[in-house]
Formats: sequence, C-alpha cells, structure tokens
Amino acid sequence: MSDITVNTPAIPAQSARSAPLTAVGPIAWMRANLFSGWLSTAVTLVCGYLIIRAVMGFVDWAFINAIWSVPVDGRGIAQTQACRDLHGTGACWAVVTEKHRFMLFGTYPYEQHWRPALVCILFVALYIVSAMRRFWNWTLVPIWIGTLTAIGILMWGGVFGLPYVPQERWGGLPITLILATFGLAFAFPLSILVALGRRSNLPAIKVLCVVYVELIRGVPLISLLFMASVMFPLFLPEGMNIDKLLRAQIAIILFAGAYLAEVVRAGLQSLPKGQYEAADAMGLSYWQKTGFIILPQALRTVIPPLVNTFIGFFKDTSLVLIIGIFDLLTAGKTAIVEPAWQGFGIEVYVFVGLIYLVFCFAMSKYSAGLEADLNKHRRR
Amino acid sequence: MSAAIETDGHIASAVRTDAPPAIVLDKVNKWFGALHVLRDVNLQVATGERVVVCGPSGSGKSTMIRCINRLETHQEGRILVDGIELSDDLRALDAIRREVGMVFQSFNLFPHLTILENCTLAPIWVRKMPKKQAEELAMEYLTRVRIPEQAAKYPGQLSGGQQQRVAIARALCMKPKIMLFDEPTSALDPEMIKEVLDTMVMLADTGMTMIVVTHEMGFARQVADRVVFMDRGEVVEVGTPDQVFNDPKTDRLKMFLSQILRGH
Repeated sequence: MSDITVNTPAIPAQSARSAPLTAVGPIAWMRANLFSGWLSTAVTLVCGYLIIRAVMGFVDWAFINAIWSVPVDGRGIAQTQACRDLHGTGACWAVVTEKHRFMLFGTYPYEQHWRPALVCILFVALYIVSAMRRFWNWTLVPIWIGTLTAIGILMWGGVFGLPYVPQERWGGLPITLILATFGLAFAFPLSILVALGRRSNLPAIKVLCVVYVELIRGVPLISLLFMASVMFPLFLPEGMNIDKLLRAQIAIILFAGAYLAEVVRAGLQSLPKGQYEAADAMGLSYWQKTGFIILPQALRTVIPPLVNTFIGFFKDTSLVLIIGIFDLLTAGKTAIVEPAWQGFGIEVYVFVGLIYLVFCFAMSKYSAGLEADLNKHRRR
Repeated sequence: MSAAIETDGHIASAVRTDAPPAIVLDKVNKWFGALHVLRDVNLQVATGERVVVCGPSGSGKSTMIRCINRLETHQEGRILVDGIELSDDLRALDAIRREVGMVFQSFNLFPHLTILENCTLAPIWVRKMPKKQAEELAMEYLTRVRIPEQAAKYPGQLSGGQQQRVAIARALCMKPKIMLFDEPTSALDPEMIKEVLDTMVMLADTGMTMIVVTHEMGFARQVADRVVFMDRGEVVEVGTPDQVFNDPKTDRLKMFLSQILRGH
C-alpha cells in the first residue's frame, strides 16, 4: 500500500538447502542435550537406569503380579486371601472390580445405579457440547437448563415412575460433578462481576467487592465448609433447613468466586488504557465496552491461570468429605472400610486418582486448544 | 519535518461562518495533581474549520483535545461541543461522543476484532444501524482510505500506517461532525507517515471540522485554517499557518520553530 518504492541492489539468492541431518535430527538432539560431555553422559545414564527400574517395578506391580478378581463366597464376602499373599508385590485390582459401583455411586440404591450413571454421562455430554464453539450462543441456555433439570429428576426421582431417592443417599462421582459444575458455573460469572466491581468508580461497590475477596481468600476452604455445615443452620429460623449439599455448594461457589475474581482482575489489568479510551471515544456504554472490548480480551489473556484455578477447584470439591458429604473420594475411602478389603487403599486411590486425572487432563488439553484458537489474532 | 506534504497549495477553506461554532473552550483549566496543565485556554473552532495544534511535548495540547470528548475532565471553565456543554450529565456526554470521532497516536484498534468488525461495532451498537448497512458503510470508508481488501484481517496483520487508516475509517463510520487527531503520525515509521497524512488531507477536502495535534508542519500549511501554538498549558499564539510559521511574534514560538527546523 505504501507508495514508496525501495531500491535495493539485487542480492544473488543462494539456493536454499535443508539443514544437515546431524544438525537437526534426533541423533543431533541427543548428542547436544544428553551426551554433550562426560558429566552429562553420566547423569543421563544414571537417570536412565533409575527411570527404567521405576517403570519396570510399576509394571510388575500393576500388571504382571496383579490380581484382577477374587472369588466371592455365598454370603457375599470376598475371599481376599490371594491378594494378601502377594504381600504388596502386586496390585489387588479385585478391590476395584468388586467395589467400583460403590466408589462411583456411593450408597445410592444398587438396583437404581443406572440413574447416577446416566447423570454422569449427561454431565460429560454437557461439557462436550459447551466446549464446542459452534454452540457458543443463546442455545446453550436451554441446553443447560434442560440437562440440569433432567439430572435433578434422575437423581431425586419421585416422578415418571422413578422411586424417590433422598439426597442423603447420593454419592460418588455424581456428587463430585454436581459440586464442580454448579460451583464453577456460578462462581465464574460471579467472579467477573466482582472483578469489574473492584475496578468500579463507585466506592460502595468497590469496597464491597474488596471486602468479599479479602474475607473469603483469608479463610481456608475447610473452615468455610465447616461454617456452612455447622454454624450456618444456627442462624436460620427454627424449622427452616437448607440441605447440607446445597450449603457446601454455596461455600464452594463463594470460595471459587473470590479466587477467580482475582484472576479475571489480572486480565482486566493487563489491557492497555488505549482500549478503554477508544471504546469511550466511540460512545459505547459501560456494558457495551465491557462486553465487546474489555472482557473478550481480558479473559483470553487469563485462560491459563483461569483453567489452573478451575482444575484446582475440581479437585478441591473432595474436601467436602470432612463434613460428611459422600463425594468420589469419600466413597473410595469408605469402600475399603469393609474388613475383607482393608489394606488395599493404594489400588482404590489409584483408581479414584485416575478418574480425577481424566477430567483434569481433558480440561487442560481443551484450554490449550482454546488458547491457541482464540489468540489467533495475535499471530501475524 | 517530514517532507511528505509539499506546500504546493492550501486546500480550499470550508469554514462556515453562518453556523454556530463547533467547539468552544472558555477559560478551561486543568490540573494533574499539583501540575497546572491547562491554563485559561480559550479557543473557538467554527464548523468546517481545520485547526492544527502544535507545541513542545508537555505543553498540554493532547490534554486539551482529550478534554473535548471528556477522556480527561477539566476542572474549571466551560467546554461546548456542537452547542452542548460538557458536564457530569452522562446523556450529554453520550450525545457528544456520538458526534466527535477520535484518532489516537497508538491507533487503539481492537485486536480481537477484524478490521470490518472494528468499523461496524459502534455504528451497530451506538447508532443502532442494521448490521448489513453498517458493513456497507464500513466498506465504503475502508475503500476511501484505500484498504478495502484488508477488511477480513485482524489489526495485528496490518502495518502501522494501514492500522492508522483503519482507525480513521472506524471513526468516520460513526458519521461524526467533528474529528480529533491526537498526534496521528507520531508512532509511525517515516515511510508510513505520508499515507496517513494523505488520508487526512482527503478528509479535510470533504469539509470536516478537524482539530489535529501534530508536528507535521507541511500538513499544517496545506490544510490548516488556523494554527494554535501551545506552551506550558497556555495558548501562546493563534493565526494562519503563514502568520505562525513565517512571522512568529513570541520568543517561545521562535524558539520552538528553530528547534523543530533544526531537528529535521
């Protein structure tokens, strides 16, 4: 577009050739990074030996010496003598085989387990649909309302011929997913409002938001959960009772909201002043400016710490075990209380850990993709 | 000074004396903390008039034009834009910002929106224009600043000169009555200054009321009806380009002119 022509003397171009294999191939990489001198060679060999030993030990324990199932006698008690005879040289996956339904669904009536199973599938489907950018519009609202209603009906029952299941009997993975989903779905919008409020020109709003964030951040989640479960009912009028799960849920929302608000505020802080000024100069209103210019840019910038916090809170929901809510981890712990299975904690925790890992890793991978996708405009 | 604009002829003045003044600054004072940045600034800009504001850095020229659309607030005096007084009344402010376009030194395009979206955002949401109509309008102005082919790109993919021309088109899409330019070429490489100045000359030719803060003396000679020289928050001299550049009255202006001439 420039009208200026640049007169540069023609430089005879060398014919481009690819770099030699010894400079860029895997052998060159290994020579440069692993065997560049006697010290690095020694470190490489020692580390290599330790890694191979550890992997082989794990494979032996987890697969080769492992026992996958044990006989169950007529009274429904598992015969775990074979597992005990291993003396820890092999994993007793039989505990997972036998107890996985209890770990996943807790004390939910056994013959109704298809309901929480379906709930978990619905949750995962909801995550997948919400993750697709094609659905990032108003259609998500009815999808969420519809799915959450279906989840409520399935869990409680009492209609459509489904037997009623009181909330005290819910447990396992659905509880974890309920706490995490509602927690983050409410905490995230709350955090945006709080972050905006902290930068507001209105002193009352600003003070309110600062007090909220500092108060909640200064208290451990565990004590908040205790307050929600023990202290909160004392303030309620006689006869009025909000159920325990809901109270824990509110505590988690408030806690996550405060942390996320600081992450969002960091994003708001990172925007150059010129963006605000340009939007003001064009006559956009506060909410137009915030919705179209400020938040889209601020939130993109903070995707990594945002997802970091999301993942942290997904796992922190397991803290509800201290107030006796039967989430996935509590169910796992309870599964090995039975005398026959005592002493097989590692296998259970590996199994529970894997479930957490699947969800967290999915979040992490998705956010990496989203980040690359949404920040396309930054690349030239 | 960039020699981009030759002073081969002043473009025709479009000053309309029959219309009320577009902008009135009446004894405007402003402080940043203890620093007195605008001191009793008086200025009237007629409809269709083109005013160039120059002066050393820190002289308050940017602050003055930023007060006109209230990106900065003045503390004493009155500012009237298109007959409306600037005050804490938000409705009046909205009305003024709709009519006043602004071009910044650092472009301030929205990096997450395409060029076309940058141009259509305000017409759609502030002017309540249908999307299709806003896009047609945006393409018209992008064509006028000679970059219609970049409409689908993001600002980061354009050169500085192209970005500044988009910023001009974006402001024009609001169909403003007044355009403010805050050192529009200061952040540009020398070879891109000309393309932006050419766009501004073209705009001046349409009879737009313009206030331009710039050091481009060639542009001032070609386009300005009046040149305002500011120093230390005061309006020191006002006159035609000829009077100000060729016949400076004050020592401060003489010194400023000798510095910018020596500097180039």
